This record gives sequence, structure tokens and C-alpha cells, in this order.
Amino acid sequence: MKIVVCVSHVPDTATRIKIGSDVKTIDPNGVTYIINPYDEYAVEEALKLKERSGSGEVVAVSVGTDNSKETIRKALAMGVDSAVLLKDENHRDSLGIAKALAEEIKAQGAKLVFMGKQSVDYDNSIVGQLTAELLDYNCVPVVVKLEIEGEKVIAEREIEGGREVVETSLPVVITCQKGLNEPRYASLKGIMAAKKKTIEEKPAASFTPTSEVLKMYLPPGKQPGRIIGSDASAVPELVRLLKEEAKVI
Amino acid sequence: MANKILAILEQREGTIKRSSFEVVNAAANLAQKLGTSAEAVVVGDTISNINDIPKYGIQKITHLKSKDLFNYSSSGYSEAISNFAKESGFNFFMLSNTALGKDLAPHLSVKLDTACLVDCTKFEVKDNDIVYTRPLYAGKALVDVKLLSDKKVITLRPNVFKAEENENAPTAEIDVKEISSVNLKSKVTEYKKSEGKLDVAEADIIVSGGRGIKGPENFHLIEELAEALGAAVGASRAVVDAGWRPHSEQVGQTGKTVSPSLYVACGISGAIQHLAGMSSSKYIVAINKDKDAPIFNVADYGITGDLFEILPALTNEIKKVK
Repeated sequence: MKIVVCVSHVPDTATRIKIGSDVKTIDPNGVTYIINPYDEYAVEEALKLKERSGSGEVVAVSVGTDNSKETIRKALAMGVDSAVLLKDENHRDSLGIAKALAEEIKAQGAKLVFMGKQSVDYDNSIVGQLTAELLDYNCVPVVVKLEIEGEKVIAEREIEGGREVVETSLPVVITCQKGLNEPRYASLKGIMAAKKKTIEEKPAASFTPTSEVLKMYLPPGKQPGRIIGSDASAVPELVRLLKEEAKVI
Repeated sequence: MANKILAILEQREGTIKRSSFEVVNAAANLAQKLGTSAEAVVVGDTISNINDIPKYGIQKITHLKSKDLFNYSSSGYSEAISNFAKESGFNFFMLSNTALGKDLAPHLSVKLDTACLVDCTKFEVKDNDIVYTRPLYAGKALVDVKLLSDKKVITLRPNVFKAEENENAPTAEIDVKEISSVNLKSKVTEYKKSEGKLDVAEADIIVSGGRGIKGPENFHLIEELAEALGAAVGASRAVVDAGWRPHSEQVGQTGKTVSPSLYVACGISGAIQHLAGMSSSKYIVAINKDKDAPIFNVADYGITGDLFEILPALTNEIKKVK
């Protein structure tokens, strides 16, 4: 079976965000970019399924610029067989990304698609469902446990206060949450092999934007508060402040 | 095109959630500003508190009813709602940004050919257009966005918009539509509740522990304080990665973004990815030995000291005043 895993190139979560001069995007200077952390669970799950079945192919797909090749190489080094970069120099909204992915998934003929539950830059968490709807596939988001038997899919997804067990069938898009598996490290052999694998490049499918960023800015800074004390003797005063000043208990 | 607003409400086990009443309130307020009308729809079997909806500002309610819709189904819910929306000519849809709302919004968006904006924390009507604000990078940045389509689906971050009650509200006008065939291509077969625990995403008070707690065997100090406060237990990434606590408790950029009334950070230094997930809390208390820890930069109240001494004292003091 062919499996597509979608990966996204994002700023490291340790990044201190600065706003760019266009006031619509972040300033990329000094920012370290990484594979979206949730996409690592997606890559791992795809590789595990292929290994268990003993056959098949895992194809990584990414929408972005040449810079995304670094993230694609990371997926290849983990063991992904081949990769496609859908190129667009401009920022796309979620629907724009989903349209590009859906077209490529259709061309690949993959009935099983993995991606992270959200990318840690725009935090939209809707690309999986949009892609699935465009393809008329099923979708289970935020998955922490997965079983696939033939066409049947049983997935557990995280919701408020617990988990939902969802039953569906192939074709399906699964978006992956931390806890689904333990992503492998790329081996030296994998890293060497990844350098030899080619990344197919093609323009991303065209789309009409449905949203426009007017302005990006930093949230208002918080004033540091009061240090009440340095041991347990400060506790009564803390409780008094919480009760009388903050009125939160 | 004039907006016709539909608030899409969420029920769990037959009860409409509080976050959905925030949506009712926000939809009613927006309708008033735009000089248009808002209605509500709720999908499910029997719903115990459907008559409470008008208190939050919407009188006209449609109940899409089937016993097969008692549990969530992305295919069943999105098909039933989009069919109803097409028949009734709605073009502006509002949901809460819960696990269900976040999933349903993009499905509806494609089925109804709309723009889709999630996790909105503010919207303003300007020159007959609407400007939406939402956080990015787990709250490290904010963005103002305009939607370019006449048809829109938006989700509102829970706990941000108010659910104001009006006791003198008119009675509900409820139209029950039986859904005869439900599309169950995807269906929830079971809900596994975490045993008696409050979820950080929904809690009004959170007590979180970090590396300073030194080991999973000491987490009972956090749990006891949480219990005294009626709070949820949270954790930093460091302790989740170390396997001391489950990922469902993780607060921060690769965990949950929270904005409770009170956040108590115990033995958490305040790595940037943790601060991103909790600094929009209304009040923050930090307890940490290291007086230079970045957590004190966002804390309203701090105690620089040994949490093994301070936490039991705090738990006792809370029990006394509660």
C-alpha cells in the first residue's frame, strides 16, 4: 500500500518571535527551522505500518519553498522512500495548502495519509479535515492510538477529559498527536541514503485565497508581579491576595 | 451579501456545553451589530438544556435529531448541518473551538464552500466588514485577519467570550427535524473518560508541576493542591518527556494552550514554549527556588523558595479558607 505523509517546515518551538518588516509575517532572521514536531509522529506511524506489512511505499509531501527540503531530508533520513515538494514562494492559508496536498495525494493514488495534528506556526489544525473533504476521504484528527485491519480503521483521538474511539474505513487522513508512537532517530545510514534520494519538485496547485492577513503583532507584554516571600511564611499573604485582590479563589 | 448567522452548538451526553452558550452570546451580539438575525442549531438525541439557549440571546433553535447522532460523527454531523444550512440559506457559521468544533468547522467549510478561521479570540465590525484576531505560535504572536469569502465558518476560543445570561429572555422556539438516515462513515463508538479528572483545556484553575518537583513520586503535592482548589493538574514538557506525567496534561506549545483564571506554576522555570501556552492566564502564581527563573517575568505573585515546604503549607491554607 502507498502511504503519503505530509510534512511542514516550521520555526523551532524555542524561537522568540519577532515580527517582520512587512508586519504580516515573522522575521526569519536568526530563526532555526525544524520538521513540525507532530509530523514526526506521522512519519513514524507511516514507517511502522509499512514495516509491519512488509511491503508498500511511503512518500513525503510538503508545500513550501526550497527551504522545506531540509525538513523533507529529515523525513527521508528517518526512512521515507521518496518525496515531492509542491512549490509556492507565497504564504498559503490552510485551504490553499489542503488543495495542493489533495491534488498530489490523488495523483499518488494513496488511500492512507498521515500528517501532524497541527503545525506549530499557524496552529490552525484544520488541514487534515480540509484535505480529506476535498478528496472525499474520511478523517480522524488528533489520534493517539491507531489500528488498521484491511479497510477497517479504529482510532482513538484525544478530546476534552478523555478519548473518543472512532470507527471508520479507508481511504482516510489521520492527523497525529504526541503519544501515538515514539519517533525514531535517523541513523547515519539513513542520513547518507537520504542525500542520494531525489526530491521531485512541482508547482503547487493554484488556489484563490479565502483570507488576508492585515497585521501581525506581539501580544501585550505582562508586567512582572510581586515576589511575596521566600518560604512558607509567605503562604497566608499569597492566599489573602488570591482571595481579596485577584478574587480567583 | 447579508449575513445570516447560525450558531452551531455542541452537546455531550445530551447536555449543551457552556462554551456553546458563549457562541450563542457572541452570535447574538454580532447579529445585532450587523443588523441581521442569528439562529442556533444543535445536533443530537434528547437534549436536556435546550430551553436555556434563549437566555444567551438566541430564540430560534433547530434541533437536528436522531438517536444515531447522540455521539459525535464527523460525517453525520457535517452532512446534517450542511444540508440544513443550504435549505435555510445560512452563510455565517460560528462554533466553539473545542475538539468537536475544531473538527466540524473544516468539514463544513468545504461542504458549504466557505472561508474558515479557527481559534478566534476577538472580532470587530469595521466599515461593515469584520476583522478577526487569533493567536499564532501558541500565543507568541497575534494576527488580524479579514475573510475574503461571503460565506464563513469561524470557531471561538473557549473561555474568552462571555456567556451572559438574561433571565427575562423569551421562550425558545424549537423546530425539531428528525434525521432519518445518518451518514455514519465515521462514528464514535466509545468515549473513554479520564478517571474523575478535570481537563486542563477546560479548567478554570490549573496547578502545574515541572522539573522542580524532582520525580513522579512527588507529584502528589501538586495533586493535593489541585484538589483543594478544585483545579486541573498540568505539567511542563520536561516532565511529560521524562514520562512522569501523561501528555494530556502538558501545557505549552506542543501541549495545550490554556487561559484559566488562575495558573499556579510549581517548580517550572518558564521555558519560552511553556510561557507561550499559559501566559494569557488571568492570574499567574509562580513557586520556584530560582529567583531568576523566567516564570517570574509573567507571574502576578511569586514565592522564591522550596516547593516541598511551600506546597503543603499552601494546600493547608487553601483548605482553611475554602
